[in-house]
Amino acid sequence: MDNPDQLRDDILKDVDAAESVDALEEIRVAVLGKKGRITDMMKGLGQMAPDERKAAGQALNALKDEIADALESKKTTLADADLDRRLMTEKIDVTLPPAPEPQGSIHPISQTIDEITAIFGEMGFTVAEGPDIEDDWHNFTALNIPADHPARQEHDTFYLPGEHGERKVLRTHTSPVQIRTMTAEKPPIRIIIPGRTYRSDYDATHSPMFHQVEGLVIDKTSHMGHLKGCLIEFCSAFFEVDDLPVRFRPSYFPFTEPSAEVDIGCTRDGGEFRIGHGDDWLEILGSGMVNPNVLANCGIDPTEYQGFAFGIGIERLAMLKYGIPDLRTFYDSDLRWLRHYGFRSLEVPGMVGGLVR
Amino acid sequence: MKFTLSWLKEHLDTNASLTEITDALTMVGLELEGVEDRAKGLETFVTARVVEAKQHPNADRLRVCQVDPGNGETVELVCGAPNARTGMIGVFAPGGSYIPGIDVTLKPTEIRGVMSNGMLLSEREMGISDEHDGIVDLPEDTPIGKPAVDIMGLNDPVIDIAITPNRGDCLGVRGIARDLAAAGIGSLKPLANGPVPGSFESPIKVHLDFDDPDNKPCPYFVGRYVRGVTNGESPDWLKEKLIAVGLRPISALVDITNLMTIDLNRPLHVFDADKVKGDIRVRLSKSGEKMLALNEKEYTFDDEMTLITDDNGPEGLGGVMGGEVSGVTEETVNVFIESAYFDPVRTAMTGRKLQIISDARYRFERGIDPAFLETGMEIATRLVMDLCGGEPSEVVIAGGNPEKGRSLDFRPDRVKELAGVDVPRDEIQRILAVLGFEISGDSETWQVKIPSWRSDIVHEACLVEEVVRINGFDKIPVTPLPRETTLPKPALNLSQKRRAVARRTLAARGLTEAVTYSFMGEKEAALFAETPDSIRIANPISSELSVMRPSALANLIQAAGRNADRGFANADLFEVGPEYFGDAPEDQRISAVGIRSGLTGPKHWSKAPAPVDAYMAKADALAVLDALGAPVANLQVFTDVLTYYHPGRAGELRLGPKNTLARFGEINPKVLRALDVKGPVVAFEIYPDAVPQPKAKSAARSMLTLSPFQPIERDFAFVVDTETEAGKVVQAARGAEKTLITDVRVFDVFEGPSLGEGRKSLAVTVVLQPTENTLTDEEIEGISKKIVQAVEKATGGSLRA
Repeated sequence: MDNPDQLRDDILKDVDAAESVDALEEIRVAVLGKKGRITDMMKGLGQMAPDERKAAGQALNALKDEIADALESKKTTLADADLDRRLMTEKIDVTLPPAPEPQGSIHPISQTIDEITAIFGEMGFTVAEGPDIEDDWHNFTALNIPADHPARQEHDTFYLPGEHGERKVLRTHTSPVQIRTMTAEKPPIRIIIPGRTYRSDYDATHSPMFHQVEGLVIDKTSHMGHLKGCLIEFCSAFFEVDDLPVRFRPSYFPFTEPSAEVDIGCTRDGGEFRIGHGDDWLEILGSGMVNPNVLANCGIDPTEYQGFAFGIGIERLAMLKYGIPDLRTFYDSDLRWLRHYGFRSLEVPGMVGGLVR
Repeated sequence: MKFTLSWLKEHLDTNASLTEITDALTMVGLELEGVEDRAKGLETFVTARVVEAKQHPNADRLRVCQVDPGNGETVELVCGAPNARTGMIGVFAPGGSYIPGIDVTLKPTEIRGVMSNGMLLSEREMGISDEHDGIVDLPEDTPIGKPAVDIMGLNDPVIDIAITPNRGDCLGVRGIARDLAAAGIGSLKPLANGPVPGSFESPIKVHLDFDDPDNKPCPYFVGRYVRGVTNGESPDWLKEKLIAVGLRPISALVDITNLMTIDLNRPLHVFDADKVKGDIRVRLSKSGEKMLALNEKEYTFDDEMTLITDDNGPEGLGGVMGGEVSGVTEETVNVFIESAYFDPVRTAMTGRKLQIISDARYRFERGIDPAFLETGMEIATRLVMDLCGGEPSEVVIAGGNPEKGRSLDFRPDRVKELAGVDVPRDEIQRILAVLGFEISGDSETWQVKIPSWRSDIVHEACLVEEVVRINGFDKIPVTPLPRETTLPKPALNLSQKRRAVARRTLAARGLTEAVTYSFMGEKEAALFAETPDSIRIANPISSELSVMRPSALANLIQAAGRNADRGFANADLFEVGPEYFGDAPEDQRISAVGIRSGLTGPKHWSKAPAPVDAYMAKADALAVLDALGAPVANLQVFTDVLTYYHPGRAGELRLGPKNTLARFGEINPKVLRALDVKGPVVAFEIYPDAVPQPKAKSAARSMLTLSPFQPIERDFAFVVDTETEAGKVVQAARGAEKTLITDVRVFDVFEGPSLGEGRKSLAVTVVLQPTENTLTDEEIEGISKKIVQAVEKATGGSLRA
């Protein structure tokens, strides 16, 4: 019988030296095959004394396992080397660009409305809507704008023929939705109304169609202090400036009394416009306590209920926040503009994840 | 509204600085538009005497002047002004000064051999007017060496403020001063307004000829005859005042009316009494009557305008503009002054119909003080006598003040309740009193008498506003808006959420969102739908924006065309917005529409771009509908499409035969031709609100059952008529076995000569999902037979051999 240690060393040496999977297979057959050396030795065990046989059998089994492991391990090594050689032949030019995936975008107006909604939504406002084609009553009369009031003339209204001498108008503001809401719902009311609005005016700073968001709060206790609180919160959140200076100035709107225009602080130092602390003010929105006549027109008792309303130009907000210089470009559908000023589909504004990326 | 600081101080006794005043104006609601410092840049110019002016030796039109600018040194300069003469006093600009009117910085220059070391300036060169007939010629007694801006009254800043439509009373400097006095900026000076006695009876009488005694377009008219006036140029103080606020001095009489308008908000008209025939009659116009107005334009009236007439016909358009014929001239000797009140609504209507914008109309339509007609007349008379001489008649009064004096109940507690600010009662009282309100009543409810000039104060909230605007909006404490619930409700309803989902789904699919006008050209709209008259705009800005859009597609297709013209041929655009069928609220529908045009992308090494096709639009529509929760598997495709789609390459996705959720397909080349856009363009139109509302109230999903058995797939190819729709094959195969078949997919469509004319092969993979046991070969064979029979029956085709 061979010396088991010598035998082991010889076989492992052969395994290690094998250069191919075929060579390994030859070794396996020679050692572990039906007529292999270790197989032969296993056969010889039967002639041994029982004590000897047990010890020798264990040793042989261990040797068999060790060799089988060595063979397997070497086989993997050789297979890996083969694969490595093949992989080198499969090289591609990774500097080539992948197939293009068109990148869509969200229009700044939609994005700005989503931002505004996120902020006011957090304050408990819901979004209300109404038709773009309105009647005189909803757009003017109910809002305390009588037919020959100078304020009515300032609206540059688009008219539609209507029926029975009752002409229709393209709404000049989203305020008619305030009227529709107040005539349909009981207070407390807390809504914002984003939407398309129209005025017959077209120059560098006016577009015949633009977007507004209005807000309305009606209950028994909301006063001008709340109006200030609500709008300061909004301006500060929207422009993402803590302690944004906000100034309320008396003004006039037929549908509110008292009325206030709201300015935010800004600076034009060094020719660069920036919102925040500075030496200048920028008018940003109009607001006021809802005129008692408007409440009464909607069937709400002004001795019991009061509240405030406000209106903001959406394009103006977008221009200020995102540095868009020209109003008219919003509606041009110029792909270069839309891609430059647009937003990614997954940039969904929210008060949890933030308004902007 | 423009006025100068010194003009304001004629009414307001104050030590406040300019900045304090302008800040206060804005904070009481008289928003500052700007302060024009007319002295700016003119500081170096001084008054100087021309010691000697003699002919330039080498130039006929030039003079060589020795100028004494008051510092003891005589300066030699060359001057081309025709009025330059020895002894005059002018405005001297030393070398080195910048001359704003001609944009030049002076340096010593040799002019035709003579050194010129400065310049004598005209008003135009100073940049203060267009006057350039000669250099500034100051009075003989003007001190020399003084800043010219002081001598010429240019250091009086011009303040420009915006007046809101409710504040007609602040269209006079005095009204502005009153607001400032209430805000604590000084005190209002008393107005000198004693009556001027008349020495004779006016030969011209006034008659108000209106039918309805309670509703007179001109209820009150005060007139006065002044004889023997001399209408020359106004004195400098008056001319300077008017120029400062942007008015052109014309003659003393006209300038007086302008002064009264701006100073006291009391528009007047002055007639040349010798051109007035008979009495003045104020009446409504008759249709077709004409008048040449002061602006030298002729106007034709309808029967609703207020005319000032005499026996010759219309002489003035009440509250809007005087007539040219009876207007005053330099030769006027006798005048008749009109101080009247005209109904604001009628004045506004008249001005608008005739498109006349005038200072008078602007004021009358905002409401002037109806109690100030007679006082205004007295002040005007005095001015006429001071500047033009003459002898006044007794005052002629027709009608009377239509306002009988109004009072409002006012609960001072409302200031706190409505405005959220504590203003002490005595301060409330003080503010209202300075503004001209008179207060009486008990401590809970005051009776407040409204001053005659405040027609805008109509209810209690107006009085609250008066108090808080004067007290200062900045004093209102900022109060957080309390939430009604701890956590907010969702801000969006189902329809609004769907729009947001559609928008972001499409953007994620590579489409770019556009926002286009709600209106479009009539011609373009007609390509998409017949538009009713009710959505045609009566006063469009242009014919391209004249009808409410029946679909946003035309706007997007045209946008694609414009982008192609800029070199961007592949435009993938969408818009989520309204379309209109009529003028009622329910005639407006939200749609998510989009187009893909040109090629699928740029040239690329890995994949050649292909022209866009209808299936891409179908994929967009299906993706959005799926995102909106539509039962996409139950949708049926209909091919009876609208005319702006390609008749053979478009479809509608419907639930049942009527409810169209979306349209898709290639745009008809005829439409593209009409819009002058190169194709192909494919489009989709999705109606998010047509998707059925989710039925389940609960957010829980249905129970998921997972089969332990693997699904198996079997392929079938059928030879059918070319006309046979794939959808029919799929539907038949699906219906062959209801429980085991979970999916049928078309994987091949083939036409070729081997199949014969008019035939095609459609190959489908059918997915079987066993639920109870692994299917035996016999079971699979049985199902396959059913599938083949079902398809053959439905299509008349056969299993491909």
